[in-house]
Amino acid sequence: MRLFLSQDAAAKALGSEAVAEEIRQLAERRGDDIELVRTGSRGMVWLEPLLEVETPQGRVAYGPVTPADVPAILAGTSDKALGLTEELPWMKGQTRLTFARVGVIDPLSPADYQAHGGLAGLRRALSMTAPEIVAEITESGLRGRGGAGFPTGIKWKTVAEAPGARKYIVCNADEGDSGTFADRMLMEGDPLTLVEGMVIAGLATGATQGFVYIRSEYPDAIRVMEGAVALARAEGILGPSVLGSAHAFDIEIRVGAGAYVCGEETSLLNSIEGLRPVVRAKPPLPALQGFMGRPTVVNNVISLATVPVILEKGAAFYRDFGLGRSRGTIPLQIAGNVRRGGLYEVAFGLTLGQIVDEIAGGTASGRPVKAVQVGGPLGAYFPRALFDTPFGYEEYAAKDGLVGHAGIVVFDDTADMLAQARFALEFCAIESCGKCTPCRIGAVRGVETVDRIAAGDAAAIPILTDLCNTMKLGSLCALGGFTPYPVMSALTHFPDDFARAREAAE
Amino acid sequence: MASPVETRVGEIVARHEGMEGPLLPILHAVQAAFGHVPRDALPVIAEALNLSRAEVHGVVTFYHDFRSEPAGRHMIRLCRAEACQATGGDAVAAAVRDRLGVDWHGTSGSGVTLEPVFCLGLCACGPAALVDGEVVGRFDAARLEAILKEWGA
Repeated sequence: MRLFLSQDAAAKALGSEAVAEEIRQLAERRGDDIELVRTGSRGMVWLEPLLEVETPQGRVAYGPVTPADVPAILAGTSDKALGLTEELPWMKGQTRLTFARVGVIDPLSPADYQAHGGLAGLRRALSMTAPEIVAEITESGLRGRGGAGFPTGIKWKTVAEAPGARKYIVCNADEGDSGTFADRMLMEGDPLTLVEGMVIAGLATGATQGFVYIRSEYPDAIRVMEGAVALARAEGILGPSVLGSAHAFDIEIRVGAGAYVCGEETSLLNSIEGLRPVVRAKPPLPALQGFMGRPTVVNNVISLATVPVILEKGAAFYRDFGLGRSRGTIPLQIAGNVRRGGLYEVAFGLTLGQIVDEIAGGTASGRPVKAVQVGGPLGAYFPRALFDTPFGYEEYAAKDGLVGHAGIVVFDDTADMLAQARFALEFCAIESCGKCTPCRIGAVRGVETVDRIAAGDAAAIPILTDLCNTMKLGSLCALGGFTPYPVMSALTHFPDDFARAREAAE
Repeated sequence: MASPVETRVGEIVARHEGMEGPLLPILHAVQAAFGHVPRDALPVIAEALNLSRAEVHGVVTFYHDFRSEPAGRHMIRLCRAEACQATGGDAVAAAVRDRLGVDWHGTSGSGVTLEPVFCLGLCACGPAALVDGEVVGRFDAARLEAILKEWGA
């Protein structure tokens, strides 16, 4: 009997280890022939711990599972049976390209990886010239999934053409945005895809050294990635001769130390170099003068992990998904107060209403949805009136919002949007690197100004608006520059929450 | 003569020789060894890496993770970010502070340190916490009591 149980941090947080222990003990007591495969997560967090049983028809899902459910599941009599995993509505509605193997394979089994299409992209890349690989990525329409949405192919071309004997591929795995966990799930569920994507990036640009900068808040992802890099070296995917070719590429894992701003690419480079990680002014672009002043690709986990499937299936295959200038798929991360939360990879173009009402099934509390924050702590709060917005970079920008890293945090009608605006500024004040004045001072003054509004001072509202404008236009990076999004969207779309405070004061 | 701290830090620094950008990995290793980054460690690191003490100090103090004093016997890191707020995280945090009798960054009389954290990537099963390094989802007051009982705290 073959069982599959997620080892993803979300599954562990909900009790998967106790279930695994129960299975082990039961198998030992009964002398049953049970093979328990630990996988990544299928992304249905509300069903975690999700246990799957292999049958001739496919894997049958059970969840959420407690240790007490295990005997009945093994006997085939459990009322936690959900049917075939692949047939569940959450799974059937998706187009899993980047996450095709996540939740399916043992993350640290190179054999499993290759049996499910792993290394096909790298093998094809090894038969191509560097400009051909760059062209393939450019034609796929892939844009940076970290949030900025910059075309990946153009970034690679810049690094490829930059002079320099030593170049680097830096993977930004400092996924600090609340409501996002795609990078974590990918690293924990299919780390070799990220390794493969980085090697291909190295082939395309002439870089020979890679770094994966993972935030310290992700102990499980760090452990799995370190294991994956060791395996990749043993398998000859990394090292002086990538898969027997003349190309060299190696990867080091670096761990952050709890600073949100390190997710900004120049701060991240300073952090790896060992400098105080304040933001650098651009230009020079990291592509030309990045790590140690040398040409460097800085890409998000999901961007790099999407590269293998593009190389495997071709640029046209990937580009045919999506809408407008947002091509391919995006792993939506549905979070906060939702009935069904988790990861849902789908082509760009779903409306926010479809995501929140249909896929997520509304709030967990059963109360009406009041606001949805898209794109992390620097993303705008959208009211129901904007639920017809299709998911795409330009489409969100047109509504003064951002796609960001595609985190979607749902709040019910108990949320106080003045408090959320205050929090956005408080967070910016805590995390500001201090290099530029609009962010360093603006965030602190912003908290004070929101407090004035809360105390009933209506004259403070135009001051807040003006301050947000200064931060937006005058900050060096997205931390100060985008903090106005949650603040101004709260003020614009939920004026009652700012007026109610005033009425209370009067 | 080198103090025990200086000797141990010197060994840690030596292990990182040849690394590109070794300072952050060294600081993590020092904190892992001592439970905090002792003041005496900074000059040793600075000299080995050809940096000024001010530069090393500037790096250490930038990050939330590095402690100047050891933490308590146990550590609860509670997520304060938006997704956990949406599931009642603020109320849970208030209950935890109240129960432990400390504010953020404080250590209770029974040796439990409470630190805020901004996102653990467990945003679909909040409020989330990292309890002595282990992830916990849907954290609440009942869960806290169970943990404190287990710790005898």
